[in-house]
Amino acid sequence: MVTVEQVWAALEEIPDPEIPVISLVDLGVVKRVEIEGASVRIDFTPTFMGCPALDTMQRAMVDKVEELGAEAEVRVVLDDSWSTDKITAAGKEKLRAAGFAPPAPRTAGKLELVQLQRGFRCPYCGSTDTALENIFGPTPCRSIRYCNACRQPFEQFKTI
Amino acid sequence: MSDRTDLLLSIADDELFLGWRNSEWTGIAPFLEEDVAFSSIAQNEIGHARALYELAARELGTTADELAFDRRPDEYRCAPLVQLRRLEWARTIARHWLYETADEIRLEALKESDDPEIAGIAAKIDREEAYHRMHARMWVDRLLSAEDGRARLNDAVDELWPYALGVLDAELRPELRRRAEEQLGRSLPDVEPISRGVHEAELAELWDEMTMVRRSAPAGAQW
Repeated sequence: MVTVEQVWAALEEIPDPEIPVISLVDLGVVKRVEIEGASVRIDFTPTFMGCPALDTMQRAMVDKVEELGAEAEVRVVLDDSWSTDKITAAGKEKLRAAGFAPPAPRTAGKLELVQLQRGFRCPYCGSTDTALENIFGPTPCRSIRYCNACRQPFEQFKTI
Repeated sequence: MSDRTDLLLSIADDELFLGWRNSEWTGIAPFLEEDVAFSSIAQNEIGHARALYELAARELGTTADELAFDRRPDEYRCAPLVQLRRLEWARTIARHWLYETADEIRLEALKESDDPEIAGIAAKIDREEAYHRMHARMWVDRLLSAEDGRARLNDAVDELWPYALGVLDAELRPELRRRAEEQLGRSLPDVEPISRGVHEAELAELWDEMTMVRRSAPAGAQW
């Protein structure tokens, strides 16, 4: 019989399909794991709704639980319970090491453009002399920034 | 069909058609940044449409793909604003900003819904839409800051204003007027809204393109 702990440990091995340096557990998208008889129920909170990796993530979780000898049912939870604040501290460090500035913590009140225009730390050289180049980037979760100190463009995980 | 399903389909159709229209800038936007921005916004909107269709599909015993692609053009409920084909740049920004402003008001109302699924999905969509709104407002301010841009934007907003009113139910329209006039710094004309249920010729044209692959391989394309 598979345990909840074994399932969490297995899910920790699944890399994010688009940013493979972090796992689905680091990303905070696994909301709950429950064992019901012979089957495992996983509550999954999608990141960005248009992210093409969502189906891949769900399939990877089912396959991983199958390797443990159990069947998984993935329930997609569509509410605002996932935010970038759910990315673990270890996950944020892994993002930075891979050249992605991690998302800033959410703040109370509405997100304003001026908050994005602050000098976030460059993941390459650590300078805060950086500028927002584009709110949007190559995937729904990323913005494009530029470091004036090391003259390197870099991506930042959007805060949502 | 329940009122709930009707509501879900209306919003999903808006997001699908606008997403498709926004994606028409992919590869040809006047700035590289805007090429990326409109492509990314399109991807988000189509993602929202998919999630809303999935909720509606559960009630109707069908699938999101069937709702998105297998209805006849006159069965779509999208507002005429999102049916209009790719517009020149000032009109693109005017539509983008008018839609996002209206959508924010609609989402604020849905977040207060007694139906937990509707409230939940609205809250999730709203998190992403915050970026669309920032982008739209930034462009409106940019165009308003120069004489030529201001003139072109104002013409475009006046032309699209009856369409913008048509995105919302009657009780939410005064709030759209208030917010739009506040950012533009001028009053907008009293006009008859062009409401949901009107099917512009451009809808059928887009439908033809949007459903072409689906119709060519009804059993499901594989590649």
